[in-house]
Amino acid sequence: MADAVPSEGAARDRRAERAAARRARSLRGGAIAAFSTLVFLGAAAWLIFTSPGWPVVRDSFFDAQVFEETFPGIAESFWLDIRVFLVVEVAVLIIGLVVALLRTVRAPALFPLKLLATIYTDVFRGIPTILLVYLIGFGVPALALGETEDGSRPLDWLPTEPVVLGGIALALSYGAYVAEVYRAGLNSVHRGQRDAALALGLTEAQALRHVIVPQAVRRVGPPLLNDFIALQKDVALLAVIGVTGTAFREAQIETANLFDYTPLLGAALMYLLVTIPCARLLDRWERGRARS
Amino acid sequence: MSPGKPVVEIRGVTKAFGELEVLCGIDLAVHEHEAVALIGASGSGKSTLLRCIDLLEEIDDGDIFLDGEVITDPSVDAVAVRRRLGLVFQAYNLFPHLNVLDNVLLGLVQGHGMSRAEAEPRARELLARFGLEGRERDNPDRLSGGQQQRVAIARAFATRPRAMLLDEVTSALDPELVGEVLQAVRDLKEEGVTMILATHEMSFAREVADRVCFLHEGRIIEEGPPERILREPERPETQRFLRRLLEAGRA
Repeated sequence: MADAVPSEGAARDRRAERAAARRARSLRGGAIAAFSTLVFLGAAAWLIFTSPGWPVVRDSFFDAQVFEETFPGIAESFWLDIRVFLVVEVAVLIIGLVVALLRTVRAPALFPLKLLATIYTDVFRGIPTILLVYLIGFGVPALALGETEDGSRPLDWLPTEPVVLGGIALALSYGAYVAEVYRAGLNSVHRGQRDAALALGLTEAQALRHVIVPQAVRRVGPPLLNDFIALQKDVALLAVIGVTGTAFREAQIETANLFDYTPLLGAALMYLLVTIPCARLLDRWERGRARS
Repeated sequence: MSPGKPVVEIRGVTKAFGELEVLCGIDLAVHEHEAVALIGASGSGKSTLLRCIDLLEEIDDGDIFLDGEVITDPSVDAVAVRRRLGLVFQAYNLFPHLNVLDNVLLGLVQGHGMSRAEAEPRARELLARFGLEGRERDNPDRLSGGQQQRVAIARAFATRPRAMLLDEVTSALDPELVGEVLQAVRDLKEEGVTMILATHEMSFAREVADRVCFLHEGRIIEEGPPERILREPERPETQRFLRRLLEAGRA
């Protein structure tokens, strides 16, 4: 049969042969990956489970009963984390874009604001977030509660709620990071784009709004999502100024009550439930962009 | 050449980037319906001259006039001047985040304050005229280089500029795509559009241009009708330039 139409038959055979080889290769690859993963996990488990400290760790970190008792409360308090995160994130996106634009524009009248924006990013990016949370969380209430001699409080309009102050600290800290991300995006838009916009009779502001910013924002999606993940975790820092009701704080309290660290693991699990899907989303996004 | 005031007039223009003098005293007048080709080696100042006319670069000395009004005075509103000119870039510079139609509409709607409803028929008509019917909703990166450059020409021409400035519009193209872009330029020429084009395509300069100016080291050292400049140039620099092009198979 192959002899009757040699060329066609041969071609079909070659194709089948190649497909079979590809299948075999991918099967072999899968088998090797599975085997090496098993070996690695086995070695890691052996190292941990045979170590002298393991029984103590097992009892104080992996107590199933404690987990069962405390996890629902922790999961519920995670709702506050989410709300703080969402509000702060919106503020961060706005602060970041405004600061980045101020640092990019060339209008001389805006120079003082440009200088301010530069100082802001330098300072707030340079201070550890936990320090900012302390400074704003305790400093602002002291200002608000400060009395003049006649007993009035001129700054009593300032917020004193720890959760609000902590949110402000987070927004200022992450705003500085995100401003730099945006700025990199703005600078990455080719000069020819601005030229083309101006050549069409657009003003500098219109060129920014319709041509440069839309392209910059599209480009910085993945790095921004990366900063979101970091911010999401740092909501836990609010515990240091006495914000109660976050998942981490709840776990901390349970840990202190029960002399058992398992609740902290429960809190970790909640964070992972949010950050891992975010990370996968980021991967897919970047793969999609690499393809296009 | 033509009677009346020139559309674009350049007088004694100089431009330096730091130490590097790119334009060293350019004089040129382009009249209504006239097409002037700027030829010369890379770095001779062709692109810079076009960018100076569109006020994307600030000149150091001299003056440029558009319809008899000086446009290079610091008090002149550069945005209003650019609205009266159309510039097409070598690398197309289409907006990648907008589809083909929106690329053409941006200048009409944002630059000229037309409503979308008003501008869209005009944009569609122009795109169709340059052979891009059916591609309106495509993103520029789905188009070939030749198609992209035709979109860029439609985009610059949509606002009915007083003069079209074409900066090496075929230099970034694969050879087989050059023809379709040249056809679009020919089309403009037939309509009587005033234009200044920097080009490396001598056959095209011969066909479309009423006048050819040879730029050498920032000066126009020879100019005249294409038949004369391209066949019997007088200056040794022009002869050398054309001979080199001929050897490279571009003439």
